[in-house]
Amino acid sequence: MTNLLAAAVGAEAEGSGESQNFFQWLFSSDGFHAPTIGEFFPEALLWEGTLFEFNRITLVRVIAAVALIVVFWVVAARARVVPGRFQSFIEYALDFVRVQIAEEVIGKDKARPYVAFLTTLFLAIVFFNITGVIPFLNIAGTSVIGLPIIMALWVYVMYLGVGIKKHGLGGYLKTSLFPAGVPWPIYILLTPIEFLQVFFLRPFTLALRLTANMIAGHLLLVVAFAGTQYLFFEASGAIKAAGALTFLGGFAFTLFEVFVALLQAYVFTMLSAVYLNMALEEEH
Amino acid sequence: MSILTSLTLAAEEGSNQNPVIPAPYDILWSFVIFVIIAVVFTRILLPKLQKVLDERAELIQGGIEKAEKAQAEAAAALEEYTAQLTEARAEAARIREDARVEAAQILAESRRRAGKDAERIIDTAQRQIEAERHQTVIALRAEVGELATELASRIVGESLADDARQQRVIDAFLDDLESTVKAEG
Repeated sequence: MTNLLAAAVGAEAEGSGESQNFFQWLFSSDGFHAPTIGEFFPEALLWEGTLFEFNRITLVRVIAAVALIVVFWVVAARARVVPGRFQSFIEYALDFVRVQIAEEVIGKDKARPYVAFLTTLFLAIVFFNITGVIPFLNIAGTSVIGLPIIMALWVYVMYLGVGIKKHGLGGYLKTSLFPAGVPWPIYILLTPIEFLQVFFLRPFTLALRLTANMIAGHLLLVVAFAGTQYLFFEASGAIKAAGALTFLGGFAFTLFEVFVALLQAYVFTMLSAVYLNMALEEEH
Repeated sequence: MSILTSLTLAAEEGSNQNPVIPAPYDILWSFVIFVIIAVVFTRILLPKLQKVLDERAELIQGGIEKAEKAQAEAAAALEEYTAQLTEARAEAARIREDARVEAAQILAESRRRAGKDAERIIDTAQRQIEAERHQTVIALRAEVGELATELASRIVGESLADDARQQRVIDAFLDDLESTVKAEG
């Protein structure tokens, strides 16, 4: 502990001095920095302490959003009836959401009004998730709960709206809180649970699942790479070699994070489609 | 002291922020960013891409329909052609049959006519022969009578000059002669 502290102090002193150049800084270690939850609450870049506080993660989100819009804008502007390679790839992604999620869950005939909603959700989540493994961005836009909450709220409003529009307020409450085909005493147990489900747990779990996955992924990567940095540049002798292990771990987890980014987008969108379908169903 | 302790310590340092409770600025910026994405995608980009997809689907559908129509037309044309061919064949067969029948009729007719002609010719010839024979007989009768009379008168002299007797004798002789010729013929 004392060692670590000393190293930290030393690094700070060195960092403030002009003598240290970029590569010395890049290939040095001032002790092992375990990642904290503070990772997700970086210093403000602008307007600190106000409602408009703009930090690194918000910047990452803006970059991801701009990239998303630019990519699709270019494809849409150049879209041809006979698609090029890139257009085919984008269309494959759109088809995936339409066929594998919307039509699979809601049914081919009823899915069409919700395809745009689900597609937007899926693409946005993929782009915000994938920033977690893109160099220099290095944090998922969805790893702070604000954005997942906004997306979950959109789903929430959407499925409540669809349910009420389809069944009327009373009808929707009846079908979702008092599912048919159950002996009435069971309602004493079931109705509060269903109430919690429909009005609180669904949006909350949607947002939390996504955020928790992204936080965990980021922490894993930080641990692996912080460990590698520490072991390579500070540890002595044979322990240095352990850095190769942590580096390999970091490499593997980077690939894994790409997978998780796609998987979580799929899960989020899939569950949204399921909730929509439940709101649309006649009787359970 | 271990890394674990520093981990816990570090975690405690940063724990003034709860990752489950959003900061107001987080919500605000997330809202702004996401609303932009949602509007741009659901109002502009996805409809535009969908339009292209629909156009393609329509084009393919149209192509399939056109091909189907062309195929149906070809099938109809083939059927019509086959029907025409069959009809033409039947007609040819009928014409051939008619021609054969007609030829047979013509043949029979000409055969009949030829037969009739032949009969007529034969008939005419016979009649002519008959007439000539008749004429000859008459001529001969007159001449032979004269000759015979002359001969007889020369042989028996003037005794037979009496006309009545002379005629009777000649007729008897000729009848005799004729019956002899008939018996011989």
